[in-house]
Amino acid sequence: MQGSNWRILTRPLIDENPLTLQILGICSALAITTSLDTALLMSVVVVCVLACGSAAVSLIRRQLPRSVRIIVQITIIATLVIVVDQILQAFAYELSKRLSVFVGLIITNCIVLGRAEGYAMHNGVVASTLDGIGNGLGYALILIIVGAIREFFGKGSLLNVQILLPVSQGGGFEPLHLMLLPPSAFFIIGGIIWYIRRKRPQQVEEPEFTLRSPRQEAK
Amino acid sequence: MNALLELLLRSVFLDNLALSFFLGMCTFLAVSKRVDTAFGVGLAMLVVQTVTIPLNNLIYTWLLAPGALAWAGLGEVDLSFLRLIAFIGVIAAMVQVLEMTLEFHVPKLYRALGIFLPLITVNCAILGGSLFMVERSYSFTESVVYGFGSGLGWALAIVMFAAIRERLKYADIPQGLQGLGMNFIVAGIMSLGFMAFAGMG
Amino acid sequence: MSETIAIDSTRRALGVALTVAFVCALLVSAVAVGLRPLQKANVEAERIAQLELVLVALSDIGRSLSVDGLEARIVELGSGVYDDAIDVATFDAAAAAGKPGTSDAIPADLDVAGIKRRAQHARVYLVRNPADRIELIILPVYGRGYQSTLRAWLVLDGDTRTVRALKFYQHGETPGVGARIDEPAWEAQWRDLSAYDDDGVLRIGVRLHAGADDYSAYKVDGISGATRTAQGVDGMMRFWLGEFGFAPYLRRIHEEQADAG
Repeated sequence: MQGSNWRILTRPLIDENPLTLQILGICSALAITTSLDTALLMSVVVVCVLACGSAAVSLIRRQLPRSVRIIVQITIIATLVIVVDQILQAFAYELSKRLSVFVGLIITNCIVLGRAEGYAMHNGVVASTLDGIGNGLGYALILIIVGAIREFFGKGSLLNVQILLPVSQGGGFEPLHLMLLPPSAFFIIGGIIWYIRRKRPQQVEEPEFTLRSPRQEAK
Repeated sequence: MNALLELLLRSVFLDNLALSFFLGMCTFLAVSKRVDTAFGVGLAMLVVQTVTIPLNNLIYTWLLAPGALAWAGLGEVDLSFLRLIAFIGVIAAMVQVLEMTLEFHVPKLYRALGIFLPLITVNCAILGGSLFMVERSYSFTESVVYGFGSGLGWALAIVMFAAIRERLKYADIPQGLQGLGMNFIVAGIMSLGFMAFAGMG
Repeated sequence: MSETIAIDSTRRALGVALTVAFVCALLVSAVAVGLRPLQKANVEAERIAQLELVLVALSDIGRSLSVDGLEARIVELGSGVYDDAIDVATFDAAAAAGKPGTSDAIPADLDVAGIKRRAQHARVYLVRNPADRIELIILPVYGRGYQSTLRAWLVLDGDTRTVRALKFYQHGETPGVGARIDEPAWEAQWRDLSAYDDDGVLRIGVRLHAGADDYSAYKVDGISGATRTAQGVDGMMRFWLGEFGFAPYLRRIHEEQADAG
């Protein structure tokens, strides 16, 4: 039992990472990774919402009629997100303002609803909670990598600690402003996917069709 | 009039929900293999966005905003913390109504949209559009324009993206980058392209 | 394999839905009400932190002060007189600007800052010298930038005409271009700029078009690649130093100081 629980927790880290394989949770990953602190905070929030949401859905899964299934799941998730939003405004006000609408958007974060509907509805509470945490951690992993790269090359700092002094403050580092702009997140994640698929060739997507080579035509 | 036209152009190109704010990305990346399916999703998004944003604007202005309930004599009440759940409720209901309307009145379109219509309920672009509308304090007219413009922008982006993906089938892409990886990079380049609209207006 | 064995009846569906709704509502209300004091404290702390940024601006021009050295007053913008009936400490400018009862809609052609409504009151800070004359006037200004709201402290000299400093304390403009409005080199341009010409006409702004015009002495340079942000700053300054902004107040102060000798 221990072994399979561990698998549930670690599978979504690389083998079934929500961002790089399941195509879930992309929106926030791109938008709030301009600095590492917002990426970290978002990761923590998503892990909490995923864990509690999956647990709650799993708890009531046997009582939930099919007709109201989705709306009840959304209600539970929305409640958790509002609660988390209020907590953030009370204890991490400044960071919550930088996250702005994206905290609210966790409600529509495909990972949360996707795991609730796809896993928590059909599995026990412990497994669902672990699955929620695992997917949250997989999401967090990508977010932290992207956030670190973007902040470091875009501002020369990490967690707001200045490591390389930019030219505008008298140093020698010319920041890559592209890193602070939206497209860079796309490129970085594309690169991460490329790297993961070189290490895990089973994730490579087969092309729909292959082109016949001219030599075959000539025969 | 000028301001509304500027708002329209802004929301289609500059504040493009898909390429500047990355909303609705999951659907954007997953449902764009062919131009015709992309067109269907885009159309569905356009309709839902144009209806829900003005509707949510009314609800927020008259029910939820701080001081909104003054007409009922409850001017001190601030229900803005309920906006998330209220908006989601409206969106879910609207998608349901739209589904039923299309099924009975325009069955051809209903069949063309298929599974994508219910998927729109959880598309972050729809909720995000409403949340931006609140953040930027749009009036009702502006909400209508913004709803139409943002939906149109998203639809435009996904159709263009699908067109590029179809062309990419003939390209020799490294194995690890095939599929999702390449999609991200293409989306990134498109996003860069849309930033060129910055000087417009 | 699905384990759902719930009976799908209308009654059950309604029952489950209502129960979930009730529990969730309870949870949300409890958290919202319980945490409200903490959230209010955070907003207050943020206000103080923003104020301290203006002190940084002041120390840049050689005046070092603490928050206590600033005299806070509430000004009624339309008439320019002080309104001491409103509690200076708890006045929330942003909330006032949002409610219809405490704010005025700005006519579209006058709304150069793009803010649509402005509160009827504003909290200003004064620095007086030992002889009780006003040395510095600190005004909160804000306007719509390219992709965010620009918020800044405008510090005027006691003569109500000369800018001593402009310090942005909040904005979300594009890094590397629009965001450079908070760089020391750009902010320094505003120092010692005269807002009004000799006839009292508002001339201050950002140089938006190439080529000199008659009043370019009253303007600062824009930032290349940041036209929209520069337009936002220009509009913000012109609004708040204009008739719908602080101009009535500044005129009154000027007269008061002149009378006092």
